[in-house]
Amino acid sequence: MPISMKNQAAVAGIGATAITRNSGVSELALACEAISKCLDDAGVAPGDVDGLVTYTLETNDEVEVARAVGLGELTMFAKINYGGGAAVGLVQQAAMAITSGAATNVVIWRAMNGRSGQRMGQGVSGNIISSDLIHWSWYMAYGMVTPASWVSMIANKYMNLYGVTAEHLAEVAIAQRNFALNNPNALNYGKPLTLEEYMNSKRITESLRIHDCCLETDCGVALLVTSTERARDLRHKPAVIRGVTQASTRGQEQMTSFYRDELDCLPEMEFAARRVYAMSGLGPDDIDAACLYDAFTPEVIMQLESFGFCKRGEAKDFVAAGNLRLGGRLPNNTHGGLLSESYAHGLNNVAEGVRLIRGTSCNQPDKVEHVLVSSGVGVPTGAVIFGKD
Amino acid sequence: MTITGRIKPPMGHDNGWWWQRAAEGVLAIQRCAKCGTLRHPPRPMCSECRTLEWDHVAASGRGTVASYTVLYHPRFPGYEYPLIIVLVDLDEGVRITAELKDCAPEDVRFGMTVTAFIHEDPDGFRLPMFRPAATGGQ
Repeated sequence: MPISMKNQAAVAGIGATAITRNSGVSELALACEAISKCLDDAGVAPGDVDGLVTYTLETNDEVEVARAVGLGELTMFAKINYGGGAAVGLVQQAAMAITSGAATNVVIWRAMNGRSGQRMGQGVSGNIISSDLIHWSWYMAYGMVTPASWVSMIANKYMNLYGVTAEHLAEVAIAQRNFALNNPNALNYGKPLTLEEYMNSKRITESLRIHDCCLETDCGVALLVTSTERARDLRHKPAVIRGVTQASTRGQEQMTSFYRDELDCLPEMEFAARRVYAMSGLGPDDIDAACLYDAFTPEVIMQLESFGFCKRGEAKDFVAAGNLRLGGRLPNNTHGGLLSESYAHGLNNVAEGVRLIRGTSCNQPDKVEHVLVSSGVGVPTGAVIFGKD
Repeated sequence: MTITGRIKPPMGHDNGWWWQRAAEGVLAIQRCAKCGTLRHPPRPMCSECRTLEWDHVAASGRGTVASYTVLYHPRFPGYEYPLIIVLVDLDEGVRITAELKDCAPEDVRFGMTVTAFIHEDPDGFRLPMFRPAATGGQ
């Protein structure tokens, strides 16, 4: 008999380091601090952690983290591929482990010196001939080596087809910047963004300016996932996992899904939407707030259609009406997101999803029963819906 | 070591032959030896019939722009900016990513017809690129 993960697991703890451009410490130190704060937030002892999940891009191995933090005997450890596409995948791994009995308390984390160390915005290079490197080889020779260049190819098509303008993109950036102005932890705290500044900012690609691109930051983020039953006895109200999935579709590539018929939508995100709604028994009308992956502003607009908040081509009007702001239909990335809080490959967006359920966001909407969080765009991805217990 | 030209594509079993053909002046399209399906970018197996054997055909070089972008920043040595990258639907039915030359960024259009040519860098490296099709041409 298939086992459903619906409502079986919950996020019970969140922890994060300061967000900076130069942490001055190792990535291992960032991981330890975030995980330690996460355990204190939940009220769980390090010795009770028996599962660990992180990104393949994470440089800190599980046993180094376990030794440093003083974790106990581990029964499950896994790493998920595809950069920000992994974010919700970590939650899924943890939920599977808890539902199946493979582990009882799973820490998921991402710690990176993403500005002072290896900067993700700088793109790809390398010497080992793997299938992954051969994939990138088709683009390197043509100078197409940065995330902005890959994303722009799809965004430009979509924008041209549906009449999306720079003003629409600016609204996404400014709405999230306004949220960051109330978030003292955000890198862009205290730095308002006007439409004029946006329009005059540095051109990165056709259709993308610098303010359409996410930050590069040093930071660590960790969450504790445990059974919903156990979470009820811990310090905070649980953020229950109603539905969670990873998603990759036919013709999928990593950032360069240029060879399928559709160039004006996100088939993998539409698949994630179908899966996560089916598992949770919920639909777009049930979602009160979201943390849609926002490495680049057009991705937010396209996802509004993937998840059924708007019909194809109508998301620009939804955005222009202020619906992503507080008091709008779908307050989005209320912490500032990857654009204005920090870039932790989306795990900081998952943490904000938990805060929205707890009612502790810096920009808490009045009524929040369900929050949707998505993984990276243009890569194998995923989605989760959190709900109140 | 200083980088003098564009980033060279790392070459392995599954892609080196394609760059070799380009160096010889041919825009190649991989073809399944069993079902004849054309595919790009090259991969070792046909996703239609799971055959590992393949050969290739020379593309006519004619196609239309399915999408494009113009890159302004960051600027890497070995490339000319603004750098126009196009997705071209070749007449043979496969899509390819390459640079568009001899065209101003403001003149690129979705659906415009383009033709392929083999570009040669100062260091002798050769690779397929596109330029707008001649007026009244194919």
